[in-house]
Amino acid sequence: MAAMTSYRRMQLYGALLLLPAAVLLATFAYLPTIATLINSLFLPGFRGEPAEFVGLENYQLLIEDTTFWRVARNNLIYALGTIPTSIAIALGMALFVNARLPGRGFVRMAYFTPTILPMIAAANIWMFFYAPQIGLFNKLLGALGLSGVNWLGDPSVALTSVIVMTVWKEAGFFMIFYLAALQSIPPELKEASDLEGTSRWSFFWRVTFPLLMPTTLFVLINALINAVRVVDHLFILTKGGPNNATNLLLYYVYENAFSFFDRTYAATITVVILLVLAVVATVKFAILDRRTHYQ
Amino acid sequence: MSLPTLSAARGVALRVPSLETTAAWLLAVIWIFPLVYAVWAAFHPPAFMVRFDLFAPLTLENFANAWSQAPFARYYLNTFLLVTGVVLAQFVVCTLAGFAFARFPIPGRDILFMLVLIQLFVFPEVLIVENYRIASGLGLVDTITGIGLPYVASAFGIFLLRQTFKTIPRELEDAARVEGCGWMAILLKVYVPLAKPTYLAYGLVSISHHWNNFLWPLVVTNSVESRPLTVGLGVFSAPETGVNWATVSAATLLSIAPLLVAFLLFQRQFVQSFLRAGIR
Repeated sequence: MAAMTSYRRMQLYGALLLLPAAVLLATFAYLPTIATLINSLFLPGFRGEPAEFVGLENYQLLIEDTTFWRVARNNLIYALGTIPTSIAIALGMALFVNARLPGRGFVRMAYFTPTILPMIAAANIWMFFYAPQIGLFNKLLGALGLSGVNWLGDPSVALTSVIVMTVWKEAGFFMIFYLAALQSIPPELKEASDLEGTSRWSFFWRVTFPLLMPTTLFVLINALINAVRVVDHLFILTKGGPNNATNLLLYYVYENAFSFFDRTYAATITVVILLVLAVVATVKFAILDRRTHYQ
Repeated sequence: MSLPTLSAARGVALRVPSLETTAAWLLAVIWIFPLVYAVWAAFHPPAFMVRFDLFAPLTLENFANAWSQAPFARYYLNTFLLVTGVVLAQFVVCTLAGFAFARFPIPGRDILFMLVLIQLFVFPEVLIVENYRIASGLGLVDTITGIGLPYVASAFGIFLLRQTFKTIPRELEDAARVEGCGWMAILLKVYVPLAKPTYLAYGLVSISHHWNNFLWPLVVTNSVESRPLTVGLGVFSAPETGVNWATVSAATLLSIAPLLVAFLLFQRQFVQSFLRAGIR
């Protein structure tokens, strides 16, 4: 009986320890998620009138909204443009600084430094490069006798310019995970392959790259999340323009909620983002973490 | 390139032909160039923005301009208060929750833990619309608490601390109990001290995240009294304000300087922290 009560007391004590986190998570994660789902079924009430239930009408609007499709397409292009490139560059960087290299410390620092900057600061700096008249890129092109490019103002170039900046910002962060993984590869493997005369190229593709696969998947998940979550640079570089050419989903949510004051439509777009994140989370938990034990 | 003394060194170090060295260095120069350029622009008169003259006169005027045109002192204070507050609150809340998950038989513990992990994917900034409503309902709009509070119960912190606490041998706990320690004393005297490296790693990652965070702070603040540096910088340097560029780059450097200097001084700790916090 005494043991029973002490077990009960531990349960209670544990629940109390959990309470602050539970309250905060409920307030700022679960409640808003549910409220987002519910709000996407309403039209906003104007002038203090209650919101009107409209079922799936917002989703109907979403499907017919050409801007939404443009933004979704942009986000897909943005993900496809940033993720493989930054992963490839990150891997290259890691291989470089894992090898014997003069000035390795400096090189590693140079690769990693953009990670530590706020996206806003990075965007400010790249603005000096991209600006049409006085920007460095066009000055350099001008010096070569070439006509300038409107890096952020030309709808066919702007998204690429944003992608390039993002790759610069992200690659160094992914590098450190590859570097750690490379350092955990037993040197005996390299020694053995050297004895057999394996070329470095085939050693990389047959041994190193497969051994790095868990790191690649981890980095991929992070990169996917960032492609949906980080839109800070748009506030400086393009504001989603020109004509929505660089608009991304979360920025479109921001515009709808805080510029157009259409809260329920913003909620509807948020649901799309939540669905994307749910897919990413499912992939991570169901496939990647099958061997990880959370017990 | 053959260095016989080093050939015995451990590691998968390859013998680097100079082509690779060149490529590595070229990439490094490209990667550091934007920052070097920002430094150049900030320390020279505006006329030298795109004129690279080794003997261009150095000046601090851009910094003086930035400092006088926007309340950066206030922004520094706000960011400092925000980052300190968030990290301390995260330590307390995540320690308690991590301890609960690691050591207490809470009913439905595994399901609860999975629920917590959802927050690894659903961030406060994704839910800006509803979180703004909640913050406004709680009277937290335009306060530093309002910027930080949604991040306090961090799934990531709870996860890291739970994993760390689980590796601590029970014998240490039993020994403390024999000496008459209660649960709180056991947590503070046994678990917390042994988790110091985790706190350091998580703290550094959290500091850099909140120093750099932008979207949620932008949404939830609307005055100088609560804006952190990133939002202040964003407002100051928005292209339509027409502030001259040398001043913008000085302002940019002002806002990144503390974190950047800390990073350059403690590179190893920063990189280790990002690694520890990332690989799980």
